[in-house]
Amino acid sequence: MVEFWWTYIWPVIWILLQILAIVVPLLVGVAYLTYAERKVIGAMHLRRGPNVVGPYGLLQPLADGAKLFFKETVIPSGANRVVFVMAPMITFSLSLVAWAVIPLGDGLVVADINVGILYLFAISSLGVYGILMAGWASNSKYAFLGAIRSAAQMVSYEVSMGFIIITVLLVAGSLNLSDIVNAQKESVWFVIPLFPMFVIFFISTLAETNRHPFDLPEAEAELVAGYNVEYSSMTFALFFLGEYANMILMCGMTTILFFGGWLPPVDIAPFNWLPGPLWFIIKICMLLFVFLWVRATFPRYRYDQLMRLGWKVFLPISLAAVVIVGGVVVAFDISPLANAAAAK
Amino acid sequence: MSVLDRGIKSIFLAELVSGMALTLSYFFKQKVTLNYPYEKGPLSPRFRGEHALRRYPNGEERCIACKLCEAICPAQAITIEAEPRDDGSRRTTRYDIDMVKCIYCGYCQEACPVDAIVEGPNFEFATETREELLYNKEKLLTNGDRWETELAARLEMTAPYR
Repeated sequence: MVEFWWTYIWPVIWILLQILAIVVPLLVGVAYLTYAERKVIGAMHLRRGPNVVGPYGLLQPLADGAKLFFKETVIPSGANRVVFVMAPMITFSLSLVAWAVIPLGDGLVVADINVGILYLFAISSLGVYGILMAGWASNSKYAFLGAIRSAAQMVSYEVSMGFIIITVLLVAGSLNLSDIVNAQKESVWFVIPLFPMFVIFFISTLAETNRHPFDLPEAEAELVAGYNVEYSSMTFALFFLGEYANMILMCGMTTILFFGGWLPPVDIAPFNWLPGPLWFIIKICMLLFVFLWVRATFPRYRYDQLMRLGWKVFLPISLAAVVIVGGVVVAFDISPLANAAAAK
Repeated sequence: MSVLDRGIKSIFLAELVSGMALTLSYFFKQKVTLNYPYEKGPLSPRFRGEHALRRYPNGEERCIACKLCEAICPAQAITIEAEPRDDGSRRTTRYDIDMVKCIYCGYCQEACPVDAIVEGPNFEFATETREELLYNKEKLLTNGDRWETELAARLEMTAPYR
């Protein structure tokens, strides 16, 4: 019996606790990201943003959540019911699933797998399925157009994102996210040597999460709301949560790849007093602020501009970057893999 | 030169960065929003808000049922019925304003020879049902009593320009 407990029951409970420990703060973070977005954009428009519900409007996300929860879920008569309901669930769960491999601190990770970055990339690419299904199942022309745009956009920007990740991998010498962070501990944050790559990666994450100025899939002006026109109540809330969780995920990914994950900026007294996860969260918050800042600043791209930027600017630059970074790594013999092999 | 200039600007995202610097500077600026239910903006003494029927200081209602307001009302929102009172003076028995029809043009207060019907400074009289916006004489007189201080002050301020 004792053996049964320790081999079967306890691991299940342990993994569930780990999942809860990540998902619950993440959802709270998502809720307050929507609040922060309204506050930041409001401030940049010289407005105040929500400030009535609770002190400084801090209970606003709860009020919004309660409102959405108690509304009626409308399923259009022409819709494919099963796919229609599945789509938001897929979007939402995919945005949570990716967090399994994100190292929050040194060794603080649910699944420390060696192909972490590949897994992350695959999951973020799968996100397009939820949107496509929603667009198709809604049986509405706006939703369908939004979904098509979204699919095209995500596919275009993933290509250059992939190449940029390769440059980081060349420098770090590992696909394991913890190892990538530790590689930055030994040298410098990769944002310094790979700054142009960081800029392209950041802009690509904006496009990947369908954020401004690349929010063509939901372009209110043309497509009403894009793929989620027909959604209401919790089905809509799941899309919303998924989108914002994806933003946090992408910022986490940028932090790990370019800003040294949980590492403090400099490893000296006042900075390394703060625990690693806190540094990780601070860095994510700063990147999220830039997400919101960009939204308050730029107008939406036109569709052909979006495609031009993806295929004719980012793709050649990132391809060239792979060659150049690879060349530099080999020429100056700083390849971590070769060094590790030599050490053996 | 211009090509080189433009190229360098676009490579270093000069315009994007300057745009973002501008929005960031606005982020820290003083906010201009009026915190509405708690703060209110200034109102002109000629502001035309909710209607009120005024009384003389001795409590006698001013309206003499001349029906000029009813006649001038472009939206035909005012309905008046009148008959002589027991003491022989002419007074209204019915004075209704349909606040849903009313366009708040202020002609009624312009037409009134005794400053009985006036539009006050109150604009927060939203109701949950439409019926509550069909004002009768009692409601208008209550408004008059409630806002009398402001109404008198407003009339005095605008008097030189009438």
